[in-house]
Amino acid sequence: MNLTLKVWRQESPNDKGNIETYEAKDIPAEASFLEMLDIVNEEIIVAGGDPIHFDHDCREGICGACSLTINGVPHSKENGITTCQVHMRKFRDGDTIWIEPFRARAFPIVKDLVTDRASFDRIIASGGYISVRTGSAVDANSLPVNFEDASESFNAAACIGCGACVAACKNASAMLFVGAKAAHLNLLPQGEPEKDKRVLGMVRQMDAEGFGNCTNQYECEAVCPKEISTDVIAKLNRDYATAATREAVE
Amino acid sequence: MNSLGKSLCRFWHSSIGKKIVVALTGAMLILFLLGHVVGNLLVFAGREAMNDYAEFLLHMMHGTGIWVARIGLLVALVLHIVATVSLVRQNRAARDVDYSCKETVQASKSSRIMIWSGLTVLAFVIFHILHFTVRVDSGLANLHDPANPDRHDTFGMVVAGFQNPLVVLFYIVGISLLCSHLSHGIASVFQTLGWRSKKVAGPEKKLGWAIAILLWLGFLSIPVATMMGCLGDPPKIHAAVEEPAKAE
Ligand code: HEM
Ligand code: FES
Repeated sequence: MNLTLKVWRQESPNDKGNIETYEAKDIPAEASFLEMLDIVNEEIIVAGGDPIHFDHDCREGICGACSLTINGVPHSKENGITTCQVHMRKFRDGDTIWIEPFRARAFPIVKDLVTDRASFDRIIASGGYISVRTGSAVDANSLPVNFEDASESFNAAACIGCGACVAACKNASAMLFVGAKAAHLNLLPQGEPEKDKRVLGMVRQMDAEGFGNCTNQYECEAVCPKEISTDVIAKLNRDYATAATREAVE
Repeated sequence: MNSLGKSLCRFWHSSIGKKIVVALTGAMLILFLLGHVVGNLLVFAGREAMNDYAEFLLHMMHGTGIWVARIGLLVALVLHIVATVSLVRQNRAARDVDYSCKETVQASKSSRIMIWSGLTVLAFVIFHILHFTVRVDSGLANLHDPANPDRHDTFGMVVAGFQNPLVVLFYIVGISLLCSHLSHGIASVFQTLGWRSKKVAGPEKKLGWAIAILLWLGFLSIPVATMMGCLGDPPKIHAAVEEPAKAE
């Protein structure tokens, strides 16, 4: 199939950047989206140009490295998958495809479609962990966890930290990511003791990074490749309110 | 600053804290609207019922009640506006370069125009207060209840106030945008305050829409019924008080 690509090109973080048009010719329908870009890049390289830079790693939908906003939707319009799992058979011959980075002030562009998502790492470093003595693992049955909490925590833990929630949000808010990471630990007995400290620390770091605020429009949930529910945001709001109240009283 | 003050300050400066202020003040304003619409519908019970109600409001708790309510509502509205304007500015800054190809998957239209519906409602609220509370139009201010000339004729004021089609049009626009605001806002309160989980997801959206529609019907039934003549002829507006004074 033949396609027209409108791709964001940006030389460096401080470059202004602009949309460039490319013709992608003879793309096999069974190619993945990233393979389609590989093919286009081969041609650009042969012609002596600078290939389109984009993030990827596992290409199995599990690592969270790939990004791309495809026709205005992070990871494309397909539900519940990452960009590396999008296939060209979902497009039609002659289509024009817009390819842009995950846009947010807190995700500065490194080059072209590659963004620096280290702000997520700094949020995790502000509370997205548990403090335990290392050594031999405790007996699994010594810490009972009820089934509902275990499955809710497990669903939240599916977050791969790709940042699509931020990219889709009208306000570039990171609430789905932070909500998932906080809920994952807060729901378990191992995470419970540091719950307040975790929530306050992560939310403060999230604000300091310059992410926007949630306006409850749920665009994040719609694009999340792991289909994490905005219930985790409601829980984050609740946990933050109780943590802030306890902090004020103490 | 003491530690409680410091905590309050931190709460206000956090994204979630400010959103909780928006939700709590929004919820207060909604509770007021529910009471206000029920009270207003007394116009359909006739002049006496409406004027009794107006008199009751003015003399609640020896006249202090109405001021407690007015100040409370004013504080809630101001906090709501200051917080939302600040949040909106932060949100715009958080996406410094916009997408060339914009797409929306599931956010409702109402949720995307909250600041504009809100600001129109603000303009409407100011107009409405000047119209029926401050009564800058001395004709409306000087109406007396025919059965009890010592008191103001609130019923007559409403009927007279809605004779102008432009005024009615502004009420229709203002109330419609208020209800658009609430169709997103009410469900939002549940999410922001964390009163939502999978077990109860869904009903809060329906509740939001139901309240928004009921408020829309309730509030707009009054100007529309007046225009259609269902509330009778408007009272004769007497010349302003200054005139006889000048004639003397
Ligand atoms: C009678 C008047 C009003 C009522 C009852 C009302 C109610 C609400 C409610 C319930 C919310 C949702 C709170 C939440 O996010 O949890 C909200 C949000 C909001 N309101 Fe109002 N509001 C009123 C007036 C205004 C005014 C005058 C403005 C003008 C600035 C305004 C601007 C906003 C904005 C920008 C939001 C945030 C939207 C979002 O988070 O998606 N509102 N309002
Ligand atoms: S490359 Fe690993 S999730 Fe797409």
